[in-house]
Amino acid sequence: MSAADAIQRLDKQQLAKRVSQDIPEGAYVNLGIGLPTQVANYLEQDGDYFLHSENGILGMGPAPDEADIDWDLINAGKQPVTLLNGGCFFHHGDSFSMMRGGHIDICVMGAYQVSTHGDLANWHTGDPDAIPAVGGAMDLAIGAKQVFVMMNLLTKTGESKLVEECTYPLTGLGCVSRIYCELGVIDLGPDGAKVVELVEGLTLEELREMTGVNLTMAS
Amino acid sequence: MIDKQASTVAQALTGLQDGAAIMIGGFGEAGVPAELVEGVVAQGATDLTIISNNAGTGDVGIAALIGAGRVRKIICSYPRMVGSRHFEERYRAGELELELVPQGNLAARIQAAGSGLGAIFTPTGFGTKLAKGKETREIDGRHYVLEYPIHADLALVKAHRADRWGNLVYRKAARNFGPIMAMAGKTTVVQVEEIDPLGSLDPETVVTPGIFVDHIVQIAEAGKAAA
Repeated sequence: MSAADAIQRLDKQQLAKRVSQDIPEGAYVNLGIGLPTQVANYLEQDGDYFLHSENGILGMGPAPDEADIDWDLINAGKQPVTLLNGGCFFHHGDSFSMMRGGHIDICVMGAYQVSTHGDLANWHTGDPDAIPAVGGAMDLAIGAKQVFVMMNLLTKTGESKLVEECTYPLTGLGCVSRIYCELGVIDLGPDGAKVVELVEGLTLEELREMTGVNLTMAS
Repeated sequence: MIDKQASTVAQALTGLQDGAAIMIGGFGEAGVPAELVEGVVAQGATDLTIISNNAGTGDVGIAALIGAGRVRKIICSYPRMVGSRHFEERYRAGELELELVPQGNLAARIQAAGSGLGAIFTPTGFGTKLAKGKETREIDGRHYVLEYPIHADLALVKAHRADRWGNLVYRKAARNFGPIMAMAGKTTVVQVEEIDPLGSLDPETVVTPGIFVDHIVQIAEAGKAAA
């Protein structure tokens, strides 16, 4: 068995579970469209977590049964959701004030690229033919107290999405605090990227080679 | 006696002219004033600027206006959606100007217009290509971009209930852009499911005060199961 096969990569569900462990009860949290939504499945069932949806919901609950679908009650991905007891509605101005005003504790998003000092690129591939769409990504990026990126660190062709400088158009500068990926957990900041956790079977040296980034272990 | 109820959509849209800027509420399907937008389609005004979170899908509403070549410019945060082909075709053909605005800046600029502010400094978008060429300022160590209000000649909003003075109550997440667009329109037209007698809306639950509303049109919810 080669060294690469010995690496115990996290699958998507393990990754969602790992992110959930860093979300304390009582946190106001925005989970991005797609994979980050899965994090909700791993939050403690009987705990009070406040899920925010940009279209004006706090206290968002899981998807309803078919019979209870209400198209006036959808999430940012336009999928039907429910409202928990204690949940409430508000308009878009208030919803984005919650982000921009620093009231959201944690947001979890995907990314195309993240730089070692926390720059985020997740709205545009830079392809001139692509139709640009930004939604609430830039507001979340600069507004949430902590921005977690949840992604595969390596693309299908093995390129690292953690880079010294992003080449894709930026969503926000220096805004990502932590990356959760199939290979571990990495903190970002002005001092660069520091590895907090490595999955089993992976060494720091191997991760440096895979990413081409001068990673150090967090003290 | 003041009664803001219009008997038809066409009556409520009287005065809409070519070249108008129109705000259209809604996020995805929730809160879209579909019948009012169909009224604009039928009314015929062209050379329009549309301000809305999305750029329409399928062949109805905003998508129909775009498909008919009646939209000069769209200001939105998220034009690319499943079924947004009319937008894509016109945009790729260079026949439709797109001003892409981060969603929170869209909301804040609409609020600035409704609140009479000359401009706002927002941290969203700083250092990105969407802020390119714009004035910036550092205030207390944080970087901001100068953004101007977005005004509209006409705001189209969907609410749940109204009274004849135009006080509005919304339903769930269909509220979204409604309250802030209602404030920003020179003329605001609202479609509601119910118009209730004056005094029957609990004043503590009124979200949009009638001062921001010019015309209301009752549109019964078709196809929605009675709750």
